[in-house]
Amino acid sequence: MSIVRDLAAVAKGMSVTFGEIFQPTEVENYPDGPGPFRGAKFEERYRGRHVLQRDENGLEKCVACFLCAAACPSNCIHIEAAENTAEQRISSAERYAKVYNIDYNRCIFCGYCVEACPTDAITHGHGFELSSLNTTSLVMRKEDLLAPMPDSPAKLESSTQ
Amino acid sequence: MNIPIFVLLNLLKVAVVTVIFLMAVAYTVLLERKLVGRIQNRWGPSRVGPFGLLQPLADGLKLFLKEDLMPSAVFRPLFIMAPIIALSCALISIGVIPFGENIRWHGVDMFQIADLNIGLLVILGVTSVGIYGIALSGWSSNNKYSLLGSLRSSAQMVSYELALGLSVIGVVLRTGSLRLRDIVNLQNTHGILSWNIFGGLQIVAFFIYLCAAFAETNRTPFDLPEAESELTAGYHTEYSSMKFAMFFMAEYANMITVGCVATVLFLGGWSSPFGDLFPAFGGPVAQALLPVFWFVLKVFSFLFLYVWVRGTLPRFRYDQLMGFGWKFLLPIAVLNVMATSLVLAFHG
Repeated sequence: MSIVRDLAAVAKGMSVTFGEIFQPTEVENYPDGPGPFRGAKFEERYRGRHVLQRDENGLEKCVACFLCAAACPSNCIHIEAAENTAEQRISSAERYAKVYNIDYNRCIFCGYCVEACPTDAITHGHGFELSSLNTTSLVMRKEDLLAPMPDSPAKLESSTQ
Repeated sequence: MNIPIFVLLNLLKVAVVTVIFLMAVAYTVLLERKLVGRIQNRWGPSRVGPFGLLQPLADGLKLFLKEDLMPSAVFRPLFIMAPIIALSCALISIGVIPFGENIRWHGVDMFQIADLNIGLLVILGVTSVGIYGIALSGWSSNNKYSLLGSLRSSAQMVSYELALGLSVIGVVLRTGSLRLRDIVNLQNTHGILSWNIFGGLQIVAFFIYLCAAFAETNRTPFDLPEAESELTAGYHTEYSSMKFAMFFMAEYANMITVGCVATVLFLGGWSSPFGDLFPAFGGPVAQALLPVFWFVLKVFSFLFLYVWVRGTLPRFRYDQLMGFGWKFLLPIAVLNVMATSLVLAFHG
């Protein structure tokens, strides 16, 4: 009777695969999907491209304390600090980052900078389409990383990045 | 009979059938990739054209543009001959298969290239010769993996050719003819009830044919000649570019041929499963093309089964393969021949 049992086992396996044909795919429909990530789905804590956050007044949270640069194991963060003045106020504290570059040729997405930041200025976004044919374009400047102004119309578009 | 028109129409028929067959081969590859993808909850090819429908074109182009490597240690004449043998044998056997009713136009049989009175023998013979392609490719490659692959394939073919041949005997006994049109015409009377698999009580033979055919075409679960996890790629390890593509096409062409033969022998060929249940409709063209539709549908479902099995079953071990062929399929096939003969002798 082992043949009957074997045939039953084969039939059962065939029925399972046949049923799977009509199941929805487990695959994310990445480049063709809806939304800014075009179908790619992320865990909440996914560490993607950094975002430099602003406070509720639209001022930059970064106070140029250099703790992120010190924490960075691959030395990919370059900051040049400057003093805030009454005429030109960039951040709410004394100093602000005049230059804030992250070299994504070197960044290992370890998240130590985010942990080190005392003002929660630098965070990991979900942006992941970082590949480039030109390495110089992988050195991102503050303008590339800053979150948009709270009232700007592009906010919804890229606030998640 | 007008000789030039006759020749021209015949050439045209051969060209059309060849083109359709090659297209079918290309799209069987796509069908397999799509279907196995769905079975594994993936999409399958979806980038080239709508639903990936142009993927075969891209694959073909890629294989054309690849570098055609010729390893220095191979035996050149056979190394080049092997894929040609494999592909040409796979393509020849479509020539004797009838796709539709015997409708003649200017004396040309519209739905069959050659109506041979030994059509079945020709198919069996040609597919057997196709094995030489695999055997010679493995031997001439001068590579242990290729050699093992072709050794396995030779042993597998010898073992399963017997069961395949014997499973077909029952059908031939019932028909009393090796002409494929006669075999189909016998099943053409009462729709699905007179097909050999049901009315002819050849369901066991169909099962044997199925297993043997899977083994003959080197498909899972009998794909030991190219077992990629043990033999890198088996007999075509050393092949690249179009020579590899020829083996690839030969495999899928053989799948289609086997599907056509199974359709003709067991599933009633081009006959409708409903018989004369529904009144005929449409003009003469529709009447001529409807059988072709049924034929294609049956071959398609056979190909679906091929892919479905591939998506389900793991590969046999080598001793299991041999044991299954010799100790199980062959005795059953012999019993089936005896039973069919006895039934025909006392009731036929």
